[in-house]
Parts: sequence; C-alpha cells; structure tokens
Amino acid sequence: MRLIQAMKLKIKAVSIAATLVLLACTIPSNLVAEEQYVIDTKGMHAFIQFKVSHLGFSWELGRFNKFTGNFSYDEKNQANNSVSVEIDVASLDTNHAERDKHLRGDGYFDVAKFPNATFVTTSYTDKGNGVGILKGKLTLRGITKNITIDVKQLGVGKDHWGGFRRGFEGSTILHLSDYNMEKGKILLPASENIEMFFSFEGIRQ
Amino acid sequence: MQILNTNNSYGLFAVLLHWLMAVVILALFGLGVWMVELDYYDSWYHKAPDLHKSIGILLFFVLLLRMAWRWWSITPAHLSNHKWWEIIIAAIVHIALYLLMFAVIFSGYFIPVANGVGVAVFDLFTIPAWVLPIEKQEDVAGIVHFYLAWGLLILAAMHAAAAFKHHVLDKDDTMRRMTFGSVQDIDVVDKGDK
Repeated sequence: MRLIQAMKLKIKAVSIAATLVLLACTIPSNLVAEEQYVIDTKGMHAFIQFKVSHLGFSWELGRFNKFTGNFSYDEKNQANNSVSVEIDVASLDTNHAERDKHLRGDGYFDVAKFPNATFVTTSYTDKGNGVGILKGKLTLRGITKNITIDVKQLGVGKDHWGGFRRGFEGSTILHLSDYNMEKGKILLPASENIEMFFSFEGIRQ
Repeated sequence: MQILNTNNSYGLFAVLLHWLMAVVILALFGLGVWMVELDYYDSWYHKAPDLHKSIGILLFFVLLLRMAWRWWSITPAHLSNHKWWEIIIAAIVHIALYLLMFAVIFSGYFIPVANGVGVAVFDLFTIPAWVLPIEKQEDVAGIVHFYLAWGLLILAAMHAAAAFKHHVLDKDDTMRRMTFGSVQDIDVVDKGDK
C-alpha cells in the first residue's frame, strides 16, 4: 500500500511539473506588442486556392504555387494587424498544362504584362474569438480593387522545431468581370464569382 | 514504277512517303493555326487539338520509317546538270527539313504532357508524358512549336520552289522523279552502281 501511495505521489509531482513546463511554453517569449510573421512558403504551409464554375456543370479548382508574404499581429490592438502578399501569377496550376497555358495568356491573366498580383491591407476589424474582417487592395492584371476577406485564426503557439507559429484561414469572392479578361468575358455569367480560399501559417520573426 | 529506289529515281515507296508527309504536314499546320483561334464554345474546341495531337504522333512514326528508308535504301544520284551550289543548298535544306520535322513534333508533344499526363492517340494508345526540368514547360514548348512550325512551312515552300525551278526553268527531271510517273533515260552523275 505504501509503495502504491508513494508511486501515486510521484506521478502527481511529475504531471504537475509537466503541466508547468507546458504552460511556460505557451507564454510568448517575445513580449513586444506587435509580432512580425513571415508566411511559411518555404515549408509550404500556405495555400492560395480558387474555385470557379465550369459553365455551370461543376467546379474548376486551382491554386497559385508561388507567392510570398508577411503579416503583423498585435494581440492588444488588433486594428494594427496587417497582411501583405505578392503572388507570382504565372505559377497558377489547374492540373492541366494546356489550360494553365491559356490562363497565363493575354486573354486571361496576361502574365507577360502583369507577372505579379499583390494584396496590401487597408484595415482589420476584430470580431472576437479569432475572427476578423480584413480589408485591402488587391492588384491583379494591373487593376486594383478593394476586397474584403473573412479571416479566422486557427492555431497559435510554439511549433516542434524551435519556432512560433500563427495560422489563419481566409476566404473571399472575386468577380471575373472586374479584371478585364478578354476571354474571361465569354465565361460570364456562370463564372462571375471566383471563390478564393487562403490558408497561411506565419512563422514569428 | 518500281517500288524501291534506284540510282536514277525514287521508288514508289519513297514517293508515297514524301507526298503523304507533305500533305499531312500542311494539314497539321492549317489545323494548328485554325484550332488555337477557336471559340471556347465551338464544337471543334476539344476535337481539333485531339486530332492535331493524334495525327502528329502518328506522323512521328512515319518520320522514323522515312529515316530508316533513307538510311537503308539507295539515294538517287544527282542529275548531271545540277550545279555544285544547288547540290550543297539542297543537302542543307533536306537536313534542315528532317531536323525541323523532328523538332516540331517534339516541341508539340511537350505542350500537353507538361503536367505529367500522356498524349492519347485516337483512343488507341497513349504516349507517356516526358516532363522536362524547366518551368512552365507548356508555355516554352508552345512558343518553340509555333516558330519551328512556321520555319518548317517556309523551308518546305523554298524546297517546293526549288523543285519547280528545276522543272520549269531548267526543264530537268529533278521534280519528275519524286512524282508518280515513270522516269526513263535520266542523265545522272554516276551510273556506275545502277
């Protein structure tokens, strides 16, 4: 009996110690209010996907494979949060070489003339529980539009490899007719709405 | 008309191959130029490229057969009235035409296979994909295919113009021995191994 009691005590002590260590880990080592993050495109824990109707029959899915970005996050003053992303438009990938070739051409994205698309934040509104409204300017095909992205924080904390990560997902709807794509016009109205989905994991700097 | 080549003239087999390829290459060129401008809703939008690819791949096998024939059979000798510079230019153009035919077929093949999917030939069989270690393979191959195809067309036009020059101006048998008529009493350079 004594032995069992002693073992129970020991287990309790170990679990308390472990809990303390875990708690310590969750406290950010960096206490500066505004945290700077680089979107983890190196380890590719980041995705920019689009979904658009194929003549009303089904969905066409694709993604941009190459982009870079960073964001700042201010826990105390969320209105300071901002994101900027630059996309290499030619890296679009719909898993069909000939379609990708068409989309890069001047009838659609015209990547020779407009190689990059950019997003810069104009405002961020915190809605609580990690949910927010991100507003910003998207420049695509040389045309700048104000867009609104619904953002949700998914996870935050130390990773297993010595870093600190913060991850979000976001979605918005772009309009095909906004970007002056000559060949895109024939896809209207079925393909007018382009659903965008983003998943970004930032590594704190 | 004999089937095999002789020192005097091309045989039926070589003549058939030559004209089959001439017709197919011209048709593929026309089809290619036409199909890339098709509207997305055109009923040929998918059919035309499928046809272009299928015929193009089959043409590759015909080209291999032609190369084999060129290698193994006799090549007729030059006519005695051919000038030295005509012989040199003709040789250069012939080699360039062969190289261009290969290059146009390969560059075309490299477009649809860029993301690892093979090319189906009339639903009969599929040529496996060959993905090159270059970025945007479909774009690069597309540009190369376009310019090489135009190069082939221009060179083929020069080749045809030269043949007509021999036929009309020189009034010799150069063109006649690549057509289906019977050619006799040709004055070639060396009748030794006839």
